[in-house]
Amino acid sequence: MANFEFVLPPAPTRNVTPRYGEQDLVRRSASSVPPPARKLTEMAKLIDVSKCIGCKTCQVACLEWNDERIPVGENLGSYTIPSDLTPNMFTLMRFAEWVNPETQDLEWLIRKDGCMHCEDPGCLKACPAPGAIVQYSNGIVDFDHDKCIGCGYCVDGCPFNIPRISKVDHKAYKCTLCSDRVAVGQGPACAKACPTHAIVFGTKEEMKQHAADRIKDIKSRGFANAGLYDPPGVKGTHVMYVLPHADHPELYSGLPRDPKISPFVYVWKSAAKRYASLAAMAAVLVAVVVHQVAAGPNRSSDEDEDKARKLIEGRDK
Amino acid sequence: MSAERHTVSTIKRHPLDVRIAHWVAAVSFILLALSGFALFFPRFFFMTALFGGGETTRFLHPWIGLALALSYLVLVVRFFRSCLWKKEDTTWVLRAPDVLAGREENLPEFGKFIAGQKMYFWGMALLFVVLLVSGVIIWHEYFGNLTPIAVQRLAALTHSIVAVLAVLGFIIHIHMVTWEPGTLRAMISGTVTGGWAWKHHRKWLREVVAGKN
Repeated sequence: MANFEFVLPPAPTRNVTPRYGEQDLVRRSASSVPPPARKLTEMAKLIDVSKCIGCKTCQVACLEWNDERIPVGENLGSYTIPSDLTPNMFTLMRFAEWVNPETQDLEWLIRKDGCMHCEDPGCLKACPAPGAIVQYSNGIVDFDHDKCIGCGYCVDGCPFNIPRISKVDHKAYKCTLCSDRVAVGQGPACAKACPTHAIVFGTKEEMKQHAADRIKDIKSRGFANAGLYDPPGVKGTHVMYVLPHADHPELYSGLPRDPKISPFVYVWKSAAKRYASLAAMAAVLVAVVVHQVAAGPNRSSDEDEDKARKLIEGRDK
Repeated sequence: MSAERHTVSTIKRHPLDVRIAHWVAAVSFILLALSGFALFFPRFFFMTALFGGGETTRFLHPWIGLALALSYLVLVVRFFRSCLWKKEDTTWVLRAPDVLAGREENLPEFGKFIAGQKMYFWGMALLFVVLLVSGVIIWHEYFGNLTPIAVQRLAALTHSIVAVLAVLGFIIHIHMVTWEPGTLRAMISGTVTGGWAWKHHRKWLREVVAGKN
């Protein structure tokens, strides 16, 4: 392993100034950002499912780096523990058992689930809090917890069902792609810890090239449909998978075949709908003012008063 | 009973419980519109400051929604009989130009509520039911796991559209009060003048005078 191409550099001990920041934002929830002066190289994490041995070191590394703790799990009949992503567990090995109908082999399909860092992030589109979700030009989608209001709209916006809302501080949590580590030239903690290099990190181009090599190897081992998962429906992701059965991504614990932002979310968050709403309210306001001026006020007269008096006094007699 | 006595300057129209429910609903509606706009229009997010910030706005909005639902429920219980559709209501709709011009001499006599009020009453009731159901679905703090995410997306979209429709109705409702002077006091002191009742709700005035209402 010593000569492995994508071994991450040792942690820097000096000059740990972040290499990117606010000035490199390309998207900011419920607000806009000026076009950044420079474009960072797109980064990506590549998860080669065929090399994963299910050791969960990535989960441990994730908890360790993010200083999170999860309670001792319960065995619900699966190695997937905890049974789902939680506000503290940003990545999760999902275990699926599948009998390949062609070979009758039992295949253990293990997928490391977590934020995919979409190029077109649904969470960011849905978020109503300015700046609570940001995207850097290197592709990382990050949450700013100081600005998060805990509404859960990011959960509805995400095509991969990733964000989780904390019951403690009511904020949304997910994988950050270790943006803090990447900012100082490191890779994500999970990639650093993975003992088989199933998780590697580098520029998106490097990762695609590495994936192509891996796919060639996997195909040579009899998996004709091996391929890269970089779904175009969200304009590509910055976490990609090498899948031996890329023609059936849903085999891997329901990895969506063609993920994209739901049309409901598109319409809900569309500028057209916002303008239509404002226009409708403005139109009705204008209409009532015109009506008030043209036809009003509709006041009762002294005559009405007299008639009412007669009616009432008629009863009183 | 002498307390039931109506005089020409004070015809009793809305009892105290109705007025309280109405104003709870009205204040709730305004707070919901402000907080809802803050969460819906990015440019109005600053209005979350009125509620103590984004997080408290997110927390308060659904609870205010429940206050609106409960207060409107009181109004439904107290008003639904008077808001049943009558033959003269269809005439009111057909003669909309006379209505808008205030030519009530061309219209039949109306009971406690005219067709416009009935449509507003039932329309808002329907919108509030949709807002309540869709709002509970997207109340992530308590019901985030109640429905599939696909349902939550549809609910969020529905909630944001129906809320705007409710605001449109609300604008017209306020306009009608200012357009017909003497209407507001019905919801403040609970009484109207005889002339107002004679002009706008003559059938109701006759019922009141006859002691039937």
